[in-house]
Amino acid sequence: MTTYADAPTANRNATGKSKNRWFAQVGWRHLVGIVAVAFSIFPILFVISAALNPLGTLSSTELLPTGASVENFTNLFHKTAFGHWFLNSLLLAGVASFASIFLSSLAAYAFSRMRFAGRRVGLLTLLLIQMFPQFLAIVAIFLIFTTITDLYPAIGFNTPWGLFLLYMGGALGANTWLMKGFFDTLPKELDESATMDGASHVQVFFRIMLPLVAPILAVTGLLAFIGSINEFIIANVFLTEPNSKTLAVGMFGLVAGERNNNFGMFAAGTLLTAIPTVLVFQILQRYIVSGLTAGAVKG
Amino acid sequence: MSTSLSGPGSATQTPGRGPVRSGLPRKSRTARNHAPITVTGLIVKVVLLGLVAGIALWAAFPLIEAKMWTGLAILVATTAVLFYLYLTRRHIPAKYLVPGTLFLIAFQIFPVLYTASTAFTNFGDGHRGTKDDAIVAIQSSSVKQVPGSAEYALSIATKGDPATGPLVFLVTDPKTREVSAGDAGGLRKLDPGQVTVTPTGKVTAADGYTVLNFGQASARSKEITDLVVPTAGGALRSSGLSRAYEGKAIRAYDAGCDCIKDSESGKTWTADEGAGSFVAADGERLTQGWKVNVGLKNFSRVLTDPGISGPFFGTLAWNFAFALGSTGFTFLLGMAIALALHSPRMKGTNFYRVLLILPYAMPSFAMLLVWRDMFNTDFGLINNLFGVGVDWFGGSWSARIAVLLVQLWLGYPYMFLVATGALQAIPRELTEATSVDGATPWQSFRAVTLPLLLVALSPLLIASFAYNFNNVNAILLTTEGGPFAPDNPANGATDLLITYTYRLAFGAQGAEFGLAAAVSIFIFAIVATVSAVSFARTRKQEEVYS
Repeated sequence: MTTYADAPTANRNATGKSKNRWFAQVGWRHLVGIVAVAFSIFPILFVISAALNPLGTLSSTELLPTGASVENFTNLFHKTAFGHWFLNSLLLAGVASFASIFLSSLAAYAFSRMRFAGRRVGLLTLLLIQMFPQFLAIVAIFLIFTTITDLYPAIGFNTPWGLFLLYMGGALGANTWLMKGFFDTLPKELDESATMDGASHVQVFFRIMLPLVAPILAVTGLLAFIGSINEFIIANVFLTEPNSKTLAVGMFGLVAGERNNNFGMFAAGTLLTAIPTVLVFQILQRYIVSGLTAGAVKG
Repeated sequence: MSTSLSGPGSATQTPGRGPVRSGLPRKSRTARNHAPITVTGLIVKVVLLGLVAGIALWAAFPLIEAKMWTGLAILVATTAVLFYLYLTRRHIPAKYLVPGTLFLIAFQIFPVLYTASTAFTNFGDGHRGTKDDAIVAIQSSSVKQVPGSAEYALSIATKGDPATGPLVFLVTDPKTREVSAGDAGGLRKLDPGQVTVTPTGKVTAADGYTVLNFGQASARSKEITDLVVPTAGGALRSSGLSRAYEGKAIRAYDAGCDCIKDSESGKTWTADEGAGSFVAADGERLTQGWKVNVGLKNFSRVLTDPGISGPFFGTLAWNFAFALGSTGFTFLLGMAIALALHSPRMKGTNFYRVLLILPYAMPSFAMLLVWRDMFNTDFGLINNLFGVGVDWFGGSWSARIAVLLVQLWLGYPYMFLVATGALQAIPRELTEATSVDGATPWQSFRAVTLPLLLVALSPLLIASFAYNFNNVNAILLTTEGGPFAPDNPANGATDLLITYTYRLAFGAQGAEFGLAAAVSIFIFAIVATVSAVSFARTRKQEEVYS
């Protein structure tokens, strides 16, 4: 606050007061926002700086970029099978999230709109099973897939399809409840009037319900996509050949042994991996905030 | 498209929350049954059922070849049920539920049940197969070179990749010059026209095999030493990389006493069906055992064996702290920032929002590894920025704090997003009314905003707790469970139960699948109980507030 010696004191106090009031009502909010943004961004800045660092080592990387070279990116594609990993991950995450949304929206429609024997038991079973992480059954899964690999190499170890099938096992668990909650918020009169007009249950589902639940489809789709891109531990058991790995497994291998030297390549890979997620995020942006909380009601 | 938040304030009662209405279905079936069959619908149905038939046929052949009749029966039954279900006009709910349920049963429920059944056995290293497998393994591993046993020239070969393919011994009989190929399944004579043999009897090439050179062979010398080729008189083993000898098994199974006899020392190990191993009078066990049911022994071991129960309860306590801390801190921070930015007079909130949720859009597996390196003692960013030399992952408490900090960074953008969404759904009139009544902002937050937020978000908080309780990535990609106490390498300070289980199952101590499965069941019971109790409590809360 600048003050002039010859200015009347009353005036000075008035401006001081209004400044203070501005700070009390709005200013501190900006301060919180700035601090939070700084907290969010500094590791990401560090990654960008490491990716552009011409030396490409962890020990020479500072918080702010010290140089700008694309050497880490070119090395990534020349020295590792990064292109394969990227495509494998995109294919797997894309197909798996799409299929799991479809399967769980079918089930959610039945749970929300129909009454049948075993409905409540089914819902509770789903809730329970969802709490048993697939990874806890990894020994059994490993033995099952050893047999499957012997019988059908096309869907066994070292293929994205084997993992895809396994991820589908968890498709109903997590998302069905969320979607059912969302379906429940749609007025029943919609599908009843459509049925009166002679629509079959399939037409009601595809033409009336699905377009209306787009937000929750977007959110569960995003969650499933992020989930399979980041799934590391089961994929690590399944994928051992360099060209069949996903990003998570392949990039973990980059920094598992040679931590310091490959850090630049790893950071470059991290930035490239973020691109699909950020794109999906941007496309689904307008649904996300409303969708995330809307389905969160218990049946 | 905006959707109203179905929480408090919306008067509609969510269906299914009350008692289930039994009796008549809501919609009359007759209207459904007279719905027209459309051409598109028919085409889609035919194509999809054709696909099912095609997949079933493709899946059937390998099963028939392998003579797996149970699998084939399941396949045929499943296909038949699918066809019946989608060709009939009844069972409409099942039409929607079956596709997902099939996957659920095959890849979730079946593995879980399989795991549960493993918990009652001693399945693991040394107890993998049947008793007969164990006897064969004991006999062939006891093969020793006895005086006068035949010596053969040996070449190591494989049908696959020299570095990883299954190994085969190519041996030449010193008397008859006949070449045979042998692996764990036994010896097969090779046609003399297919092999090239040096005058000393060493095979240098054979059709269909890749002969390993000295470098490739010495890289796999351990596998070569372990390979035992059973023969009529005993077994073939390598001695070095270019000689093999036929030795005699000095240990043999005697069905009369149900024991293993050592012909040299005369010692006997009697079969103990309860433990699934051969035990001598002095208590010595042979390492090769077989799989048996041990009842509740694994469960009692978890609770009573001091070597396991000590770390188990310590790990359980930290596991709760970790899950509560991860969920609680992210929620508090996310909510605080959402509240700060939630003001009609704020400009530029969108700008903040986009930057704030960046951590949520970054790949978490990669960022966990980046954080691990940022906490590096010598050249990590954290120590560099603050000019300190803390060995973060070296001390128990600093490692725990570091792990929670990483979780906070990864998780608070999500909580910020959902809290923002929930705040927007709370009518402004409510908070305005409180300020008219003279409440301070803090009072109005405590009395109005927070309860409404909690009602809307509690299901998400419970889900987040359940997820974090078993968050493998958060630990394995950062501290890997460490730091470890010097006296217990199987359990570290930041281990969650699930990473501890993983180490029990696949760890350096030898795999103990049975024990790991028992711990898995404990974990499941704990998470399910906590979630069930909290769901019941939040439901009560909702009735209070709505």
